[in-house]
Amino acid sequence: MGLPIFPLSEDPGPDFVSLLRRTGSPVATPGADAALPVRHATTVVTLRFRDGIVMAGDRRATEGHVIAHRAMEKVFPADRYSAVAIAGAAGFAVEMVRLFQVQLEHYEKVEGLTLSLEGKANQLAQMVRSHLPLAMQGLAVVPLFAGYDLGRGVGRIFTYDVTGGHYEEADYQATGSGGRDARTTIKLGFREGLSRDEAVELAIQALYEAADEDAGTGGPDLVRGIYPLVAVVTAEGYTQADESEVAARFAALIDRKRAEQVGTGGTDGGGEPA
Amino acid sequence: MTMPFYVAPEQVMKDRAEYAQKGIARGRSLVATLYADGILVVAENPSRSLHKVSEIYDRIAFAGVGKYNEYDQLRVAGVRHADTKGFAYSREDVDARSLANLYAQFLGNVFTHEMKPLEVEILVAELGAEGRPDQLYHIAYEGTITDEDRFAVLGGDAETITERVAEGWRADRDLAEALGAAVRALAGPERTLEAGDLEVAVLSRRNGRRSFRRITDDELAGLLGHGGRSQGGRGGGGRPGSRASTAGPGTAGGLEGEADDEAAEGGGGPKGAKKPRPHGGEAG
Repeated sequence: MGLPIFPLSEDPGPDFVSLLRRTGSPVATPGADAALPVRHATTVVTLRFRDGIVMAGDRRATEGHVIAHRAMEKVFPADRYSAVAIAGAAGFAVEMVRLFQVQLEHYEKVEGLTLSLEGKANQLAQMVRSHLPLAMQGLAVVPLFAGYDLGRGVGRIFTYDVTGGHYEEADYQATGSGGRDARTTIKLGFREGLSRDEAVELAIQALYEAADEDAGTGGPDLVRGIYPLVAVVTAEGYTQADESEVAARFAALIDRKRAEQVGTGGTDGGGEPA
Repeated sequence: MTMPFYVAPEQVMKDRAEYAQKGIARGRSLVATLYADGILVVAENPSRSLHKVSEIYDRIAFAGVGKYNEYDQLRVAGVRHADTKGFAYSREDVDARSLANLYAQFLGNVFTHEMKPLEVEILVAELGAEGRPDQLYHIAYEGTITDEDRFAVLGGDAETITERVAEGWRADRDLAEALGAAVRALAGPERTLEAGDLEVAVLSRRNGRRSFRRITDDELAGLLGHGGRSQGGRGGGGRPGSRASTAGPGTAGGLEGEADDEAAEGGGGPKGAKKPRPHGGEAG
């Protein structure tokens, strides 16, 4: 690997993807020779609160009807002030996140400035778009992007479709096979000015309800001690909630659910989360 | 068409070396030193945005003196090399030694084959991990590479500054102490350097994955106030004059001279002659 110095007209600037193309390195969107079945990642949620955003995702990866992986991570730090979560074909999704992370850091180092949150969202959109041919073959990757906008001092959320279209969401969003159930849960519990703890609690409830309804979404694995990942991004940066905190919240939630079951005589008509 | 005159290769190399040395000596110097938590780099640089010290990778920093556009090109190439390598293999496979070798090859090539040598001196610093020690690779304009395990001084007045840095150097100093010593060494007995004249960055073991961090503004002023005050400003007479020379318009990474008063004090010959260096591509 030589020192990558380019003539001025061919200089890739701070764009890591075109740098990879220029140096002849394999770029993240490989040919369509991936062998099926493909692992599919499932429910990820994000919501805004007073000081930033919370993002959470379950840990299950499936291949058809088989659970392929129980402890997969679907929520990642994109950089210090933003988080990205993935749903879709796991292999491509994880690779896309890796490329996205390097791209943001690369830009920051080459230019000496961080991209704006909007700029980061656009970068991710371009990666999703370049993946479209594979998405057409059923290997879609649909990320969720959220972060703290240092310029405006608020948390912001962006969602994507397979064509690379990206849309800013006002308050919350969920995607993946259990996304609908998760979204409904957050919708019922969301209000303006949630605290950090309330927002984490709501994300956990949403994942619980999604796992309750969707076969592809993993709930808390009490036997193995595997719990969904919860990330919080504020002006202080990206942090991941302690597993002990997440475990305690799930335990409390399950206790409440159990108490409800006893109270209503144990039929399956759950209704609203407590 | 006129016939080119024959010029002895020795003369060509000598001329090029002299040319590069002169260019480098015009700029301000830079000190990198190990301290308790990692590596500290202090550069004399009044510019806030045209950096001499930058991040290359998680544990690697780059510093350059001389012509800004030339070392900045090398910096960007380093970031590209490191990011590409880390993406293709793994983050831990990116190491400073291979990057320093590439730099040395490139500089050596330019020195021997191009019309004009690069007027830069660069430093690749790596924070040690898993049994590997902290390492400083100092690469000169003709591609000579030296590895230092205590400190490195780059720039025109390197020899006198090196003496000052070596005096009382210890590996276990905290940040404020190490910074104070480095600033005093850069300033010399005649001058005082303020926070506004300095660019400071660390590779610190306390910073998590990306160990590079700039120390700016209030934090820098605080640290300087703590342990960095130049002891004994040595007569008010010297200070205003030297202050005026450092406060000049600091474009392009501080290329304009401050050499005169130091040369007088250093008692040596012309700056260009101060640093005899081996010529040619003896990188290694």
